[in-house]
Amino acid sequence: MTKYVIKRLLIAIPTFFGITILVYFLSSLAPGSPLEMLMADPMATKEDMEALRAQMGLDQPVIIQYLRWLQNLFQGNLGTSYRTNLPVMGMVLERLGPTLILTIASTVLSVLIAVPLGIVSAYKPYSPWDYISSGLSFIGASTPTFFTGLVFIYVFAVKVGILPMGGMYDSGIETLGSMVRHLILPCLTLTVFNVGSILRQTRGSMMEVFSEDYIRTARAKGLMELRVIIVHGLRNALIPVVTVLSTMIPFLFGGAVVAEQVFSWPGLGSLMVQSINSRDYPTIMGITVVIAAAVLLGNIITDIIYSILDPKIRESR
Amino acid sequence: MSEKLIEVKDLKTQFNGKNGIVTAVDGVSFSVGKGRTLGIVGESGCGKSVTSMSILRLIPAVSGKVAGGEILFEGEDLLKKSEKEMRRIRGNEIAMIFQDSMTGLNPVMTVGKQLVETIRAHNKIDKEAAWKRAEEMLEKVGIPSPAQRLKEFPHQLSGGMRQRVMIAMALSCNAKLLIADEPTTALDVTIQAQILELMNELKKTDQTSIMLITHDMGVVAEMADDVMVMYAGKEVEYADARSVFKNPLHPYTKGLLASIPRLDQDDDRELYTIKGSVPDLDDMPEGCRFCTRCPEAKERCWKEKPGLYDVGGHKVRCFKYEKGEALNGGEQYGAESDTD
Repeated sequence: MTKYVIKRLLIAIPTFFGITILVYFLSSLAPGSPLEMLMADPMATKEDMEALRAQMGLDQPVIIQYLRWLQNLFQGNLGTSYRTNLPVMGMVLERLGPTLILTIASTVLSVLIAVPLGIVSAYKPYSPWDYISSGLSFIGASTPTFFTGLVFIYVFAVKVGILPMGGMYDSGIETLGSMVRHLILPCLTLTVFNVGSILRQTRGSMMEVFSEDYIRTARAKGLMELRVIIVHGLRNALIPVVTVLSTMIPFLFGGAVVAEQVFSWPGLGSLMVQSINSRDYPTIMGITVVIAAAVLLGNIITDIIYSILDPKIRESR
Repeated sequence: MSEKLIEVKDLKTQFNGKNGIVTAVDGVSFSVGKGRTLGIVGESGCGKSVTSMSILRLIPAVSGKVAGGEILFEGEDLLKKSEKEMRRIRGNEIAMIFQDSMTGLNPVMTVGKQLVETIRAHNKIDKEAAWKRAEEMLEKVGIPSPAQRLKEFPHQLSGGMRQRVMIAMALSCNAKLLIADEPTTALDVTIQAQILELMNELKKTDQTSIMLITHDMGVVAEMADDVMVMYAGKEVEYADARSVFKNPLHPYTKGLLASIPRLDQDDDRELYTIKGSVPDLDDMPEGCRFCTRCPEAKERCWKEKPGLYDVGGHKVRCFKYEKGEALNGGEQYGAESDTD
């Protein structure tokens, strides 16, 4: 088991380097450098420009620039934001927490809702209940996040007025309770979007498992039906569900970008949007690298969950 | 025949097919005596597995149901039992072994856990005692270093080993009736012989009754005291094993026996095959269900349904024996079927 985890971590290292290369070179290909912004300034002379260019290291070949950036990255230095002149690392870390809270909370909630519903649907397929839950999850998955978010704001914040419209805390009260109240709507918005795919997957794999011989064996042994479903059924059905979850991780961050914007949740998503608008490349790159690392970590975690669920994977890799 | 442990009377099991309800088991009656083995033989789709699933009431409600008849187990009708009472009977009084032990055992659970949960479902004992009992069971079915094996997953065991585990699991609560559904079909021949021998031994020591479901006449010859041959949801011949093998009456049974290769006949003749295939359940012939493939079919067979006729204790569903006379017409089957 430990060997397996170490192996997965080692494989992640080259992947991470690949990501940094892609992030850096794609950014360097993108149009619009800070120099162009300075060029618009009529007071800037050609000498000023050259001096700045050298200072920023932009006169060096791209490879050298990349290696220098990478070196800084490993020292925890992601550069300085063009927009705020603050260290990018600090800005990103400050925003990472709220994003993780939002994505993890909505993932946990989605699983807690979707898996039991999926089991019920699979147990009585083509029943009214099955049609209702599949129908609702389909609607949820096909409605854009920003729209669901706006509907929630309209209903719960404007009309009913029980929940705040946005932000993370009531001004001046940084308590857990206040945070949870602010978390509910963005978290539900993401959950509505995610429940569908997890539910469909749970239903499908659970139905498949129900027709397996070992379920018949379990029943023939005289076990309680609930035990047959949970202990023998769910454990096997979860393996493909975990696969779906792992492929969902990047989209969770993507969905968070929109939800954070709608609910002015102070996470990486809203920072990303601001940075893109002001062509703040160091920050964009910093966020991308951090999200990529988070996705990578998420995949390692799902791999580990896999190996816990399926004894065959544990030994074959 | 000795005292009856289970008696099935006029069992009818129906499924919801594409074109309406189909009757997979149509009025089958048989019984298994205490400590005896009944072999149920037939081709795929003849209803032999459905019969066993009906006894344990394991036909999924969405796909079908037992539509009629009685299943008397120790005198009580299983069809009238509540789900809770059935749970107590399953695995405890009546246990089952399935064909494919690779898919029949849960792949993500250790063999030990699967055995222990069976034992604990029916006995009020603590975990430790249950593990001890599980270990004894594995030893009993001839698995070396049982304590080690208990910690392993099904895919780490060989096919024969897994089938032994299945048998251990089935016998772990001292079931009175063991239903074995093609227990050796997925195994190679040497392992097959070992498993059959094991079942025979356990039958002797524990006085377990066995319902052996198979398509393999050889396995039946090895194991069964009584034989019931099924065809398309009906029993076509039912007698003690000796009479069925020495003196098969129904054309279908004769065909089955003639299609087994034999070492004592060294001629180069081709093996007999029963022509055609089993008719679809929703497209049964009006008369005798075997008439489409029967070499002896007369005009009457196509129009009228034969009853089950008793020829001196040997039951057969064929008009040839309507008057209760045992006739032999083996010429059509290539070899004389009354030679041994």
